[in-house]
Amino acid sequence: MNSVILATVSRLLTGVLLVFSVFLLLRGHNLPGGGFSGGLVAASAFVLFAFANGFPAARSMLFFTPHVIIGCGLVVAIVAGLAGNLAGLPFLTGLWDKTPLPVIGKLGTPLLFDLGVYFAVLGVTTLIVFSLGEDGEEEE
Amino acid sequence: MNALTLAILTPLVTAVLCLFSLRSLTLQRFFGVAGMAVLLGVALRLMAEVGDGTIEVVRFGNWPAPFGIVLVADLLAGIMVLVSAIIGLAVAIYSIADVDARRVRFGYYAFLHFMMFGVCGAFLTGDIFNLFVWFEVMLISSFVLMSLGGEKPQMEGAVKYVTLNLISSSFFLAACGILYGQTGTLNMADLALTAREMRPELLTMTAMLFLVAFGLKAAIFPLFFWLPASYHTPPVAVSAIFAGLLTKVGVYALVRVFTLIFTEDVLFTHGLLLVLAGFTMVTGVLGAMVQFDFRRLLSFHIISQIGYMVLGLALFTPLAIAGTVFYLFHHIVVKANLFLISGITARYGGSFDLKKLGGFYAATPLLALLFFIPAMSLGGIPPLSGFFAKFAVVKAGLAGDTMFGGWATVLAVVALAVGLLTLFSMTKIWAEVFWKPAPEGHAPHPGNVPPAERFLLLAPVAALAALTLAIGFFPQYFFDFAARSAEQLLQPEIYINAVLGGTN
Repeated sequence: MNSVILATVSRLLTGVLLVFSVFLLLRGHNLPGGGFSGGLVAASAFVLFAFANGFPAARSMLFFTPHVIIGCGLVVAIVAGLAGNLAGLPFLTGLWDKTPLPVIGKLGTPLLFDLGVYFAVLGVTTLIVFSLGEDGEEEE
Repeated sequence: MNALTLAILTPLVTAVLCLFSLRSLTLQRFFGVAGMAVLLGVALRLMAEVGDGTIEVVRFGNWPAPFGIVLVADLLAGIMVLVSAIIGLAVAIYSIADVDARRVRFGYYAFLHFMMFGVCGAFLTGDIFNLFVWFEVMLISSFVLMSLGGEKPQMEGAVKYVTLNLISSSFFLAACGILYGQTGTLNMADLALTAREMRPELLTMTAMLFLVAFGLKAAIFPLFFWLPASYHTPPVAVSAIFAGLLTKVGVYALVRVFTLIFTEDVLFTHGLLLVLAGFTMVTGVLGAMVQFDFRRLLSFHIISQIGYMVLGLALFTPLAIAGTVFYLFHHIVVKANLFLISGITARYGGSFDLKKLGGFYAATPLLALLFFIPAMSLGGIPPLSGFFAKFAVVKAGLAGDTMFGGWATVLAVVALAVGLLTLFSMTKIWAEVFWKPAPEGHAPHPGNVPPAERFLLLAPVAALAALTLAIGFFPQYFFDFAARSAEQLLQPEIYINAVLGGTN
């Protein structure tokens, strides 16, 4: 697809979508949002960029391969779960910092877990869309 | 950290390590095998912890019992995790020689371990909705393993497999929803208590929904047709672990809910199970008789053997349930082994078609011996493991202390007849593949496979055959575990108290 309008807008929108995905991630503990929807929105930013500027460009903007992003996400989630074990509590027990920070709110391992989910979802979604999209381009 | 948590984390961490090393075949294979070996160690430790009858409970997230998700390891769960780890290790080693580089680069080992993650989770969870989630983890990974490689027959099998399993999942989900709407809880121990106060006809209806959901996964009559249509299509290593493990997860789930939750209207629910068990045994074995594809034939035998396990559950006496548990671990080992052997004969002889194979006894007597052990065990020849499994189930049917009276005897006789037909099928394979002289132009060539690969293919088969022999020669030791696990299953109070800890 070669559309000047889409290419121009996508450069603006990609950034906005990524910021919005972080916003969703952070508000997700008690309000609608969280790692899953945040990850989907972040993935949609890369997919939009891929439609406008081609898949190679989107891949280089993503920097890591989707597989590595999935792996990192899972590692972060596992580490967040293991923090409970380190404190002598069962796996996945949420540990919280008592003092709330401005904007972000309270920090804790559930946020870390959500961050893991965010990257896992981002990785899976971009993996699916990129493989499907590149398959189509090869045939053309 | 306790073994229960480790049993779930080990496959997940291994899968992640495989994801990071996608480009290196050597690393992936190393992680694939090492991860299974660690899982086996963890499973042994878990077995040591629960082997004396203690029930281990971990409250994930530290939420109190009926509200949060608990993971529970009783004797049955411990046995199942241990057997899964054994099969996982055997298949991971076999895969080095059997699964091609393209599939490994695509993430074969990662998905194998994601599937083990789901399998272990399903065995260990104490929450019915969490069980659904573990089933999905297992199924989605198995969908990928089934279709990985994208060969045409594989895709055809995968479509049937995926469709039927999705239908089963929707039944499962609906059943969970109805149960939750009625009782307000998803914790299985809590469900066992609250279900007793449900309206009996509603409880029975929910039980039927679960029966359809798990029955589809376990491939019981009349919900089995997806299994022989799909299990012969993926690489042998994949079909071996599917044949060994996946249907048995369905049987495990049936055993769990029909001993813990749905024990009110036993005459109806277990009576239905009894009838279904009979039909499952007979249709499976009759279906196998006309097959001449090695793996399709074995697939039909999975179905007929599932019938025996369901029969034990339906009879619902301590001996019968012990028979089911014994059958479960005997059958996982034997069936996975037979599939692995079908892969070796296909490598040597170039075909899965029994008519195009032959002369293996002359070419490789060792392989003939290795086939003979699990095949005769499946047929129920003493002193192999299958004999004791069948013996326990049939004896429970003939004992006369079941609630079905004469019908139990009828089913026991059916079970004996089906055992005879199973033996007929196994001798058919023996005669076609091993005894018959090789057909023109189809002589087996073990030399086609490099010696290192041959070792990797034969070692897991030999180890599993040795395990079959061990179960057969020391049945008392293994049956003791099965009997004590049946005792636990038939006294749900033990499980309920362990999970809820006297909070009610």
